Amino acid sequence: MWRGVLLGTVLAIGLARPAAAVMAYVSNEKSNTVSVIDTDKWQVVKTIKVGQRPRGIALTKDEKYVLVAVGDDDTIQMIDTKTHEVVDTLPSGPDPELFVEDPGGKLLYVANENDNTVTIIDIDKRTQLGAVQVGVEPEGMEMSPDGKTLINTSETTNMAHFIDLASRKIVANVLVDSRPRFAAFKPDASELWVSSEIGGTVSVIDPAKHAVKHKITFAIPGLRTEAIQPVGINITGDGKKAFVALGPANRVAVVDGTTHEVTKYLLVGQRVWHMAFTPDEKYLLTTNGVSNDVSIIDVAALKVIKTIQVGELPWGVTIARH
Amino acid sequence: MIRTLWLAAALCILACDVRAADTTDIRIGYLRQGGARAAISLLDIPAANDGVAGARLAIDDNNTTGRFLNQRFTLDEHELKDEDDPAAAVGTLAERGISLVIADLPVAALLKAADAGRARGLLLFNVGAIDDRLREQDCRANVVHTAPTRSMLADGLAQYLAWKQWRKWLLVVGSHDADKLFADALRRAAKRFGASIVQEKVFEDTGGARRTDSGLTQIQSQIPLFLQSAPEHDVVVAADESQVFATYLPYRTSLPRPVAGSAGLMPTSWDSSHDQWGANQLQNRFVALFHRRMTARDMQAWMAARMIGEAASHGAADAKATLDFLKSPAFALAAFKGQRLTLRDWNLQLRQPILLSDGRVTVSTSPQPGFLHQFSELDTLGADRPETKCRLDASKG
Repeated sequence: MWRGVLLGTVLAIGLARPAAAVMAYVSNEKSNTVSVIDTDKWQVVKTIKVGQRPRGIALTKDEKYVLVAVGDDDTIQMIDTKTHEVVDTLPSGPDPELFVEDPGGKLLYVANENDNTVTIIDIDKRTQLGAVQVGVEPEGMEMSPDGKTLINTSETTNMAHFIDLASRKIVANVLVDSRPRFAAFKPDASELWVSSEIGGTVSVIDPAKHAVKHKITFAIPGLRTEAIQPVGINITGDGKKAFVALGPANRVAVVDGTTHEVTKYLLVGQRVWHMAFTPDEKYLLTTNGVSNDVSIIDVAALKVIKTIQVGELPWGVTIARH
Repeated sequence: MIRTLWLAAALCILACDVRAADTTDIRIGYLRQGGARAAISLLDIPAANDGVAGARLAIDDNNTTGRFLNQRFTLDEHELKDEDDPAAAVGTLAERGISLVIADLPVAALLKAADAGRARGLLLFNVGAIDDRLREQDCRANVVHTAPTRSMLADGLAQYLAWKQWRKWLLVVGSHDADKLFADALRRAAKRFGASIVQEKVFEDTGGARRTDSGLTQIQSQIPLFLQSAPEHDVVVAADESQVFATYLPYRTSLPRPVAGSAGLMPTSWDSSHDQWGANQLQNRFVALFHRRMTARDMQAWMAARMIGEAASHGAADAKATLDFLKSPAFALAAFKGQRLTLRDWNLQLRQPILLSDGRVTVSTSPQPGFLHQFSELDTLGADRPETKCRLDASKG
């Protein structure tokens, strides 16, 4: 009898950790840690010590690692998604901030803010393969859905650079508003959205014509326009809904993916930077830099349902199955 | 057949010509006046390339962008001696085909340069003179100002002192004209933001060297003596642009009080320690090029050259188009101060936050929270539209 209970408990413990638990990883720029949030319980379950000034964070295509750029250590650290330990580093070049992986999961492209370059890394070999010269202060990094074109935004040059990956040459430069920080393709590749933090707009670019076809602007009653500073952009898989983090405006704008109209502003924590969907797209997590927390948005209801305290000055977020 | 070949060759030549002419040259003049500026602290003695170094870095930044737009920026530097006529220098630049001029000149020379440049269609960028009158009664329609005014600096400081509730100021003013102008701005700021000046003292500059072999022995007893009879105050505010005494005030006051203004907590457009909002990247680029730290004057010149670069990348090819762009809603300068900088269309002053630095770190940035404005909170700093004395239409510009 007792044995049966004990066995049952052991089994229950074994089953209590389903293989498909979804975890969110939040880089805390000031405390040099990554907070791991269990998205079933909405609780921080682990805090991983990383290098100095962690910002850009993303899951590898093979889902084995969470990569985090630790800018002040001039490297990218690899966190094992099974053990939650830092297991290796990638030679990112100086001051890495944002990066993107090619669809095959072989190469990583890293923006190096300090020397106007994008560094190319072989992930398996942990070596640098080369670099592309871009504009002043490269920041945003995005891959076209077909994996053929890399997008980099440069903050002081105020452009989105289209880099052909076969030749590693810039094929087009599209001028956008001041301090472009983030770029996101619509999943069907029909549009590239670029946020301009200082300009206060999101440029919708036609990637075939390399031309801005629309500019999304934001207006929040009672809020000065200088506080509206768009950074992170996340677009749903069907391309119908987009979310734009507005920095010190403390809001996430909900934008219709087809008409480009702003349909709603969601109040989140202070200085919202970046966001990530859960794999089922039911929830969107936002990092709130000044209030040291993460807001959870119910994507269908367009409501903020919860706030989770993390480390100091949270910046980036990515989501992985554990 | 031969005719076709000839035609093709002619086309090629034409095409080649077009390609060569594709690169647009944007030449920017830089006018400055030499002469050493005295300072108490060795750390405050300006480098020989103070200011112009910032413009050179911005030219590099513009050229990185220019690579993608077929634009090439160059800086034509011109240093005036005391006896040189600024109008003649402007004439020389105009004859070289330059219509955009960054000027680091004192008030009188700047006005001469502006008025001489007006007839020739030149647009000037004032990166050195902080005098309010250049944006008020003496404003010019062909002078853009990236340097903040004394009243912007004073208001930025006063907002912070109000936020700290250090409302009782002991004001100490130097005996030079510039010191008196800064004191005027501080008095105005005190009134605007609810501080009271409990007493004013004048520190006479009796001449003499900033550095002596006998050292600081006397100063240690002179400063407390000078301040000891003052009524109760929260903070000592110094107006000493001439750098005669203010640097001596911290740690030598009669009562243990903080110092602000020309020493202690100083309002400025830029500080070499400022690293917020991505500023670290600009600071790194500057140090890599010049092997020294970036000053406020460097930043003011950087902003001017970057404004020209921004206008050029938006298609402005001459002085008029440049000014039209800078005055339009499309213009926003990213200058590492946490928000966009724009131009006050009524007097061509660049709106900007004011940093408060103790010389080691940025202590705070004004406007402070709670100082609201119907149009832009940056307009809580300095003379605002309703109170301006500037009439650009009627100005000599």
